[in-house]
Amino acid sequence: MTYLETLPAWIAIPVAFFLVLGATLTLLGAIGLARLQSFYDRLHAPTLGTSWGAAGILLASMILVSWTEGRAVLHELVIGIFLMVTTPVTLMFLGRAALHRDRIEGTPGIPGAVERSDVPIGPVSPPEGETAFADPAEAPGEG
Amino acid sequence: MTRLFPHPLLTAALTLVWLLLTSFSLGHLILGAVVAALASRAFAAIEPERVKVRSPKSLVKLFFIVGLDIIRSNYAVARLILTGGQHGKRRSGFVEIPLQLRDPAPLALLSMIVTATPGTAWVEYDEETGTLLLHVFDMIETDDWVKLIAIRYETLLLEAFPR
Repeated sequence: MTYLETLPAWIAIPVAFFLVLGATLTLLGAIGLARLQSFYDRLHAPTLGTSWGAAGILLASMILVSWTEGRAVLHELVIGIFLMVTTPVTLMFLGRAALHRDRIEGTPGIPGAVERSDVPIGPVSPPEGETAFADPAEAPGEG
Repeated sequence: MTRLFPHPLLTAALTLVWLLLTSFSLGHLILGAVVAALASRAFAAIEPERVKVRSPKSLVKLFFIVGLDIIRSNYAVARLILTGGQHGKRRSGFVEIPLQLRDPAPLALLSMIVTATPGTAWVEYDEETGTLLLHVFDMIETDDWVKLIAIRYETLLLEAFPR
């Protein structure tokens, strides 16, 4: 950790700024994930961490390591790119799974619930020991 | 040329990633290019259709617009998480957005934009009707969101990728 003491202020200040920015946003995302009420709201909170939360920390790392190595170290960009490319996949999985479940259960306020003759639309609990669908392949919500 | 490099963009991107992960030298450039060319040929077996970018200028413009929007919405959502829970004025909801985009590549790009921007989450896309179902963290006006996606992002994406 000795080399950190030799860091000039004009490098240390942006590094500290981006690090604190990224860490704060990621923390806020985590707080949001814990505190928000509905599942769909909670989907939004972690995107703070995957956008500027990650970008801030990666920028700080890029500046610091580039300075100490004496050359441009940019491989953090790859982390950022993969994060951006892969987040939508997980988010879509979670979102669609929640939507699918809510449509089957008839939760109010969910758009696109498919009307089916054998399942009434509306908050109806299925009889004890019996699932709402005999065949899951018939379930609505598949695009 | 097309047979050797079926996905030129992918080949270039993979070479760049190789150079980023190693250090730049002529040997790594050649090795990386060979690996990238082989990988893109393998990818061509899965996805033979080549993605054509008609207007890189609109993509660059889109990049800056989205970058700005991401910073702005980061701030907005962070503030809402800190304050919104207390007076409960925030209202979230679903927005249905009719899209003109049909090709997988621009749609994938749009999904990355929507996901990377805090406050909007891509929930479902219906291929038959071309409707995108978004969940919006802070609902102002439904029309505003339709306009935001359709005018701010979709026009540029339609410009960038030929149909």
